Amino acid sequence: MLAARLIADQGIHVEGINFYTGFCVEGHTHAIRNQHRAKPKRNNALWVAERLNIKLHIIDVIEQYKDVVINPKHGYGANMNPCLGCKSFMVGKARQWMEQNGFDFIITGEVIGQRPKSQRRDTMPVVARESGAFDRLLRPLCARLLPPTLPEREGWVNREKLLRMNGRSRKPQMALAKQFGFRDYAQPAGGCCFLTDKRYSHKLADLWQSRGEKRYDLDDIMLLKVGRHLRPRANFKLIVGRDDGENNFLHGYRRQYVHMFPTSHKGPLVLVNGTADASDLQLAARLTARFSQGKEDEEVTVAVCNTEGGQQLVAVRPMSPAEIPGDWYL
Amino acid sequence: MSRHELDARRLLCPLPVIRVQEKVKTLERGDTLDVLCSDPGALNDIPAWCRINGHKLIDTRSEGHHITITIEVG
Ligand code: SF4
Repeated sequence: MLAARLIADQGIHVEGINFYTGFCVEGHTHAIRNQHRAKPKRNNALWVAERLNIKLHIIDVIEQYKDVVINPKHGYGANMNPCLGCKSFMVGKARQWMEQNGFDFIITGEVIGQRPKSQRRDTMPVVARESGAFDRLLRPLCARLLPPTLPEREGWVNREKLLRMNGRSRKPQMALAKQFGFRDYAQPAGGCCFLTDKRYSHKLADLWQSRGEKRYDLDDIMLLKVGRHLRPRANFKLIVGRDDGENNFLHGYRRQYVHMFPTSHKGPLVLVNGTADASDLQLAARLTARFSQGKEDEEVTVAVCNTEGGQQLVAVRPMSPAEIPGDWYL
Repeated sequence: MSRHELDARRLLCPLPVIRVQEKVKTLERGDTLDVLCSDPGALNDIPAWCRINGHKLIDTRSEGHHITITIEVG
């Protein structure tokens, strides 16, 4: 946002590109959950574009991004985040877009030293090289600490008006945002990507382990964002809705997964992910009962439904907390 | 000027916006598009996308868990 404004202020036409990988955190991904419904449900990229009065192109890179996550060229960060490879990929995509749409150079909001792995002085040239953008990649917030790029050398951009930010502190950005009059300016550190989230990464690692290979599709990674995930046995896991919003979302998957819900009490919709035999389903039904309002009762009736719409009612004793080992929770 | 429909139910934001963006590219100025969605985030995103890109928001309707957003291509 700040980088775009700095460049637009030099009278240069700027348009925004936002890549959707499937792992992006949006304020309203959480809107599925009832408790988050009151929060503003805005897409940050659209919000920023509107504030800056620029066009924004949201590009679906879900398919191509799989290789970035599955085979990270530079490894992972603290969690499953392949940040350096991801940046090269995104700048590479931006370069293609630039070439196809007659633009001259690319800007990013990177700052030297902001991130320990992916935004260091020595990784900046890696992104420029691997993306194929080379010296058409300009980082306005720290450009004066880096060698001049093509737009600076050609005089398209006045280097003197660019900045020399560096280090982890976000105070300089906040100060600049204030100077530009951006209220409500929020770019949480690493807060826009589920791959930096420890819990999410753990669930993704579990998914790959259970499959015996690193593979995912969009539904897989969407479902990792929703509900409580429990793996009682290696061959299946349960996704348990935590409120009506999540239950409704999970309900959309009823034709793809065996699922269950209590009929004698209020309670969650639960998807069974994997191959479960009769004893697995019995266990799953007892867990479903555990998360229902009948958890303290002797018996709860649970409807076990197949993907064709067939339904069977089973009466089960809810599991007690002592019967649920902590490591079942993913 | 013709009327079109796009089913973006079960897609989480920003996918409904991406699908609208793709669909609008194939339409003519003045055409209308009814977008069916289930993610309430679309109620903010699609109008914001229209404002940025010069399209007109005609109407938004919610029915249970489903939302219909009508836009006119600008
Ligand atoms: S946080 Fe996520 S989106 Fe951002 S660079 Fe890292 S992997 Fe890519």
